[in-house]
Amino acid sequence: MSTARAFEKTRAEGRAALVGYLPAGFPDVPGAIDALKAMVDAGCDIIEVGLPYSDPVMDGPTIQAAALQALQGGVRTTDVLRTVEAVAATGVPTVVMTYWNPIDRYGVERFATDLANAGGAGLITPDLIPDEGADWIAAADAHDLDKIFLVAPSSTDVRIAMTTAACRGFVYATAVMGVTGARTTTSQLAGPLVARTRAATDLPVGVGLGVSNGEQAAEVAAYADAVIVGSAFVRALLDAGTDRAAGLKALGELTRDLAEGVRRA
Amino acid sequence: MSNSADNGPDELGRFGQFGGRYMPEALITALDELTEAWQGAMADDAFVAEFNRLLVEYAGVPSLLYDATKLSEQYGARILLKREDLNHTGAHKIRNVLGQALLTKRMGKTRLIAETGAGQHGVATATAAAYLGLDCTVYMGEVDTERQALNVARMQLLGAEVIPVLSGSRTLKDAINEAIRDWVASVDHTAYCFGTAAGPHPFPAMVRDFCRGIGDEARAQCLSLTGALPDVVTACVGGGSNAIGLFTAFLDDPDVRIVGFEAGGDGVDTARHAATIWAGDVGVLHGARTYVLQDEDGQTIESHSISAGLDYPGVGPQHAHLAATGRAEYHPVTDAEAMEAMALLARTEGIIPAIESAHALAGSLRLAKELPGKTILVNLSGRGDKDMGTAIEWFGLGKATAAEPVGNPDRSDA
Repeated sequence: MSTARAFEKTRAEGRAALVGYLPAGFPDVPGAIDALKAMVDAGCDIIEVGLPYSDPVMDGPTIQAAALQALQGGVRTTDVLRTVEAVAATGVPTVVMTYWNPIDRYGVERFATDLANAGGAGLITPDLIPDEGADWIAAADAHDLDKIFLVAPSSTDVRIAMTTAACRGFVYATAVMGVTGARTTTSQLAGPLVARTRAATDLPVGVGLGVSNGEQAAEVAAYADAVIVGSAFVRALLDAGTDRAAGLKALGELTRDLAEGVRRA
Repeated sequence: MSNSADNGPDELGRFGQFGGRYMPEALITALDELTEAWQGAMADDAFVAEFNRLLVEYAGVPSLLYDATKLSEQYGARILLKREDLNHTGAHKIRNVLGQALLTKRMGKTRLIAETGAGQHGVATATAAAYLGLDCTVYMGEVDTERQALNVARMQLLGAEVIPVLSGSRTLKDAINEAIRDWVASVDHTAYCFGTAAGPHPFPAMVRDFCRGIGDEARAQCLSLTGALPDVVTACVGGGSNAIGLFTAFLDDPDVRIVGFEAGGDGVDTARHAATIWAGDVGVLHGARTYVLQDEDGQTIESHSISAGLDYPGVGPQHAHLAATGRAEYHPVTDAEAMEAMALLARTEGIIPAIESAHALAGSLRLAKELPGKTILVNLSGRGDKDMGTAIEWFGLGKATAAEPVGNPDRSDA
């Protein structure tokens, strides 16, 4: 199920979509599934399941810590697919966000097959640019999956045109020049980037990196089609520690605040 | 400074199936700008002349090609040592950093960041930054800061900030991760002075070309000394900058055998080694498709070597290509073999090599026994001063324990 379905709905409602991220296997595999379902229940329109990786160069300390905990808990690539299957069953479009080597290792075609069978919508690929993505693009097209590549404030217009032409589903605009992590102020770079991206494509444009509350979500929703939140969700679970119920409650509250934010704009 | 086109890379930075750019989009424009600036600089006679001037007047190259006659007598092959250990800062790394630091100035950037394993690249980068007036931050795995405390102090004395990295295995690969994270956030004014011939394009080719003087000099020196090319050239391979710097000059000499020695740690039949080409599988790490030590799911496996500079679970993509095509061969050398070679060179020739370079020597001595009368040219890529802590521990050195101490006032003959 493509993420396009979520955007049809949010466009009809005249608002931005809320995209929520958590790594699979954090705090453990069933715990992540419960958490992601709680985020769906509280208002996420699209879910990103992170595939924990040993060398996450685009992630700040919060997501690194969660990924490390997941890996130390023994999470496998097949667990990520299992998580996707459980979340996609709620009817909310579910994509995987992953560094490239685990997919390369699993086998690109095999992963595309298994992801499609699990009901997954596609992949967000933070360290795979379309220039290197021929195998993935072919597999995604064969299995009707979304290809969500990133654009950045430093991207030239030529690269934005090339990258968006390779995307399906939506375009992921990284709002800051930096790694993932909640920030106290929203980026001044995001607006111009979204405008440049819109000039190149009719696809929805999601903005990620740094949003942590409803107020920031509302600011971003004023100019973007989707507000992507990751570290703030991870932080809510990390702060709750071993108290699973408190973690789920905090996730629910954060999701509702963000969901209200994307409706306020 | 030309390189045979067959040796790569192509326009996408590929050496055969290896290399490329598996990097965040945020850095692609910077990599494009770097590629353009580097190619422009190398085509600019003034830049090349300035680079060569710094190498000669500041770094002390060309380094000697030393005819190791005592070793040769013992082992039966003629062993020539390319004395990169005599360069300023004690290793081949100064060649690469002077090139990259000059390029940074040319690009109008004001800050260098670097990762370092053994600390040699960090010291070299801090040196170039001090000399050329650039700010400098060096990321170093916490484990390595402990193994190489002397080099931490050297970097600090040179005015660099050394940031210990606590993530992951706390070694070189994690220092690279952290440097990439810094670079994503600072790319407008900062250059990433990458320490080895790995990573995304253009680093593997650029670092190779800044280091290729090793091989160009050695080839001419060997011809002048022996009247012929060497039969074998050898080097240690972690990421592989000293090795590719030597090998490049000989790639188009089909009669010259090219051998790299990887860190075999406790042995390649154990889980504790860093022999990436020998034991790894093709994957993607730090921006390039290459051989990677990885598990079934593509998670990087922590490497091990007694030598911090070889303790890396990836390898430069051109080495992967040379291995896959058979133009070069790569073999493991264990910690114990390397340490034995370190002591041997110290006692035979009076030269204390870096433990990295001792891997190359150990492997070469193995070859020497099979190749009597042949000429083996070994890249002695660095000196061992920084490794004395490890040597003290390994050999139990540092306590003066003569059977009969001298200078004892209670003894009549003192």
